[in-house]
Amino acid sequence: MSTFWSIWITVIVLGTVFGCVWLLWATRKGQAYDQETDQTTGHVYDGIEELDNPMPKWWLGLFLATCVFGLVYLMLYPGLGSYQGLLGWSQVGQYEDEIQRADARFGEVFARYAAVPIPELAKNDEAMRMGQRLFANNCSVCHGSAGRGSIGFPNLTDGVFNWGGSPEEIYQSIHAGRIGNMPARGLMPNMTATQVDQVVNYVLSLNGNRERDSAAAEAGKAVYAQACAACHGADAEGIAAMGAPNLRNNTWLYGSTYEWIEETVVHGRQNRMPAQSPRLSDDQIHVLAAYVYKLSFVR
Amino acid sequence: MSTANPNLTYNYKVVRQFTIATVVWGIVGMALGVLIAAQLYWPALNLDLPWTHFGRLRPLHTNAVIFGFGGCALFATSYYVVQRTCQARLISDSVAAFHFWGWQLVMVLAAITLPLGYTQAKEYAELEWPIDILITIVWVAYAFVFFGTITKRKAKHIYVANWFYGAFILTVAVLHIGNNISHPVGLFKSYSVYSGVTDAMMQWWYGHNAVGFFLTAGFLGMMYYFVPKQAERPVYSYRLSIVHFWALIATYVWAGGHHLHYSALPDWAQSAGMVMSLILLAPSWGGMINGMMTLSGAWHKLRTDPILRFLVVSLSFYGMSTFEGPMMSIKTVNALSHNTDWTVGHVHSGALGWVAMISIGAVYHLIPKLWGVKAMYSTSLINLHFWLATVGTVLYIVAMWVNGIMQGLMWRAVNDDGTLTYSFVEALEASYPGYLVRFIGGVIFLAGMFIMAFNIYMTIRQKDAVAVDNRAAQAA
Repeated sequence: MSTFWSIWITVIVLGTVFGCVWLLWATRKGQAYDQETDQTTGHVYDGIEELDNPMPKWWLGLFLATCVFGLVYLMLYPGLGSYQGLLGWSQVGQYEDEIQRADARFGEVFARYAAVPIPELAKNDEAMRMGQRLFANNCSVCHGSAGRGSIGFPNLTDGVFNWGGSPEEIYQSIHAGRIGNMPARGLMPNMTATQVDQVVNYVLSLNGNRERDSAAAEAGKAVYAQACAACHGADAEGIAAMGAPNLRNNTWLYGSTYEWIEETVVHGRQNRMPAQSPRLSDDQIHVLAAYVYKLSFVR
Repeated sequence: MSTANPNLTYNYKVVRQFTIATVVWGIVGMALGVLIAAQLYWPALNLDLPWTHFGRLRPLHTNAVIFGFGGCALFATSYYVVQRTCQARLISDSVAAFHFWGWQLVMVLAAITLPLGYTQAKEYAELEWPIDILITIVWVAYAFVFFGTITKRKAKHIYVANWFYGAFILTVAVLHIGNNISHPVGLFKSYSVYSGVTDAMMQWWYGHNAVGFFLTAGFLGMMYYFVPKQAERPVYSYRLSIVHFWALIATYVWAGGHHLHYSALPDWAQSAGMVMSLILLAPSWGGMINGMMTLSGAWHKLRTDPILRFLVVSLSFYGMSTFEGPMMSIKTVNALSHNTDWTVGHVHSGALGWVAMISIGAVYHLIPKLWGVKAMYSTSLINLHFWLATVGTVLYIVAMWVNGIMQGLMWRAVNDDGTLTYSFVEALEASYPGYLVRFIGGVIFLAGMFIMAFNIYMTIRQKDAVAVDNRAAQAA
């Protein structure tokens, strides 16, 4: 804030408060009566008269008290331009203080599990209750309170992890987040409608022979090799490093019908799992990763 | 009165029109409120249609009650009061008529465009830029008629009610223009010229002063005429009215920052908003004290006069919500109340308890005078309306207090490991009983409005039998 604006703000803020005090003082000085009176001001408007009563004392006291409170507050806290106040308070400072206190208090609760390997931690009831609460607070909005996901949000209970289901990979997914991007029509921007039909049939044929048209499915194999195999693999079992799903396990992030798959092929998919660090500490993410691991692998 | 000019006639036509429009928009706006309250309890009532979705009907509700119901009540009473206290006919009948029809057009356009999804996404300023321009033109016409009539006044002094109406007209003009400046990119789409936190501050500078000047200053003007008139007592203290008027308008314009506590708004603006909101307590209460004390010596009238009861209870709710407001502006309290139903309850203790009740009282006072009959068709129906309005308001506010404080506490509850005790949906689930009570309160309040409409219809019909012309009506 420039000096001009700082001075300007100070002047108008204090001007308003002192203006109120002055208004009280000036009008009180001019009061004709000290007690309640029957005297009117002499004005009559459509039959309405106005008494010349003094302002109630308790009300004047209340008004002055709020003005004094305001001035004291403005002395202690930021309010007058760039003046920071005697207490040195700021909302960012308050936030950082609270976080620091919370970390000091809750940090050790999680720290004691930091050295326990995730598969082992996933069997610790106490830790998993904490994990469940972390999950409810931070994950359930997208993945559902039971972790079963919905369209576009992976089911975390089925043992299928597009970005890898090892403890380290789950931890990484939560810690840094993931950005999934399937380009429209894969690597064949000029894929024709016929080829789309073929490749959709081909993908359906990989999942329990659900294709609509076997000839198209057969022809789709070549389209797949050109447009999809680079990411989903020649065997269509997916590549976790790219987050490219396995297309043979009948597990679908975006729906399993012909229409859904066609939509995915034609328009591609963009998805994003937000990074939870530094919102959550590394130790909290460790417990949370164990909880997600448990959802799929510990029964 | 002795000084009255026997040849003077007032323009009651526009007052009558705005009075009827008050009741019509009141019923429309409150029925929408009941509908959206029901949608929160029975989500199926959204009908899965975009036009009937809560998100589009809620702004229509707020626009219809604030600008339709509240606006028409202010226009009707200000035109009545300014003529009678200045002993002058409106400066221009045709401009006043333009004001009436222009404003109705604005409201109809709101009722069309908001369900269709045309919105600036600014609370209480949702209407798109062509309608904003229309509002500006109509508002200038209003200001011309109001202030023009004041210049024709017979007395040297200007009555306090007219100061409040005047402050309302001037400030709302500034607020409306300031907040709505935007770049149009099509007939129904525009972008605010402000961005980020500046936009937020402009919005709440506007938003809070919509409360301060539209819903407070304007209605204090109404109070300063109808309370002494109905109680037939002099105003308690002229001096108090001067002090609280100037203090109120000086501090209210600062208060908007309290809507943005703990946000990207710089600390100084938050503090200034909070301090001014606290100082606002006494100036707000000045109006309540002046209204209440005006009744001293006339308290017995409350036993027989339900219109006076409306006015007195409205002042009580006014006093309560203007105490609650400064408290909620304190950062520590706000940290609990913000984004909860407490805010909704606070707004409605002002909107139903203060704004609606004082308007209803004023309308009951006006109708017989405007149509030249002795009294309303049925006093016992006014009484019934009074109880429905009071019970409806209390149910509404209490339900929202309970919900709000519960939500605030549930959101901040933490376990021993620092995780939140409740997920958001658990707090929502716990709010359902309150939503039902709120809906019931709304239905009861709305029922009172229908009774009022019936009573007014019967009163006006009565007049046909008596058949009085404009001039005779004014002798009443």
